[in-house]
Amino acid sequence: MKDRKQLMHEINVASFTVDEAVLFLDTHPDDSKAMAYYQEWSEKRRDLVRTYEKQFGPLTNDSVADTDKFSWLDEPWPWEGGNC
Amino acid sequence: MWIYEKRLQYPVNITQTNAKLAQIIISQFGGPDGELAASQRYLSQRYTMPDKVAKGLLTDIGSEELNHMEIVCAVIYQLTRNLSIEEIKASGFDKYYVDHTTALWPQAAGGVPFNACQFQSKGDAITDLTEDLAAEQKARTTYDNILRLIDDPEICDPIRFLRAREIVHFQRFGEALRHIQESLDSNNFYAFNPEFDRP
Repeated sequence: MKDRKQLMHEINVASFTVDEAVLFLDTHPDDSKAMAYYQEWSEKRRDLVRTYEKQFGPLTNDSVADTDKFSWLDEPWPWEGGNC
Repeated sequence: MWIYEKRLQYPVNITQTNAKLAQIIISQFGGPDGELAASQRYLSQRYTMPDKVAKGLLTDIGSEELNHMEIVCAVIYQLTRNLSIEEIKASGFDKYYVDHTTALWPQAAGGVPFNACQFQSKGDAITDLTEDLAAEQKARTTYDNILRLIDDPEICDPIRFLRAREIVHFQRFGEALRHIQESLDSNNFYAFNPEFDRP
């Protein structure tokens, strides 16, 4: 079981990889190697995000799983060191 | 439309406040070559672009600049939280404090408020992409200047990330400009404005 910091680090790495791939594909939309790289890393990212949210709470305001309170509001927020 | 993800694109963990440095770094929030200006420039230019590569790239880079704006604001927020009145007076931050307390307000280090005159959205694809190339270099130079003024590794770390992104964006805009030019008359790129004229 990965700890929160480790999991968030992996999300940051996977997300950045996807961000970079997206910009490259914007100007190289027919590059099949880049497409495969993009598919691989966006799937990894999706899985990591799902795992993180199950254990530690929502990363977007439409994925709150709690039924008793709207944990989207929970502190700390990112500029305060949250989800870091 | 936009979706917000509750994390920073790059982590910011600053343990020591410094109101003097906050006054410098604020230029990358509200300054002429800062992240807010960049985001509004690209997100404004995209609507009338004649080409899907330009629409996609301006949307994606424009959105990333909002992520960067958030990182810059997190740096300033952490540099100015729990400041004492003594620190505020000693650092010259009192001029900002009187109007904004420690809230984030987009202005340049010299005090010029963020304004739309800091960018253009000219409605000509070649012109706008050329502006965007310049914008990325201006931002990169600003980060270079910031790195000359600061040596705290906790601050330099996210600043170096942001600087590296400007260089990648510059590369992508160059590719988009070349792509636009390839779709125009090779004898005269300026024969018509692809965003307005119907040849």
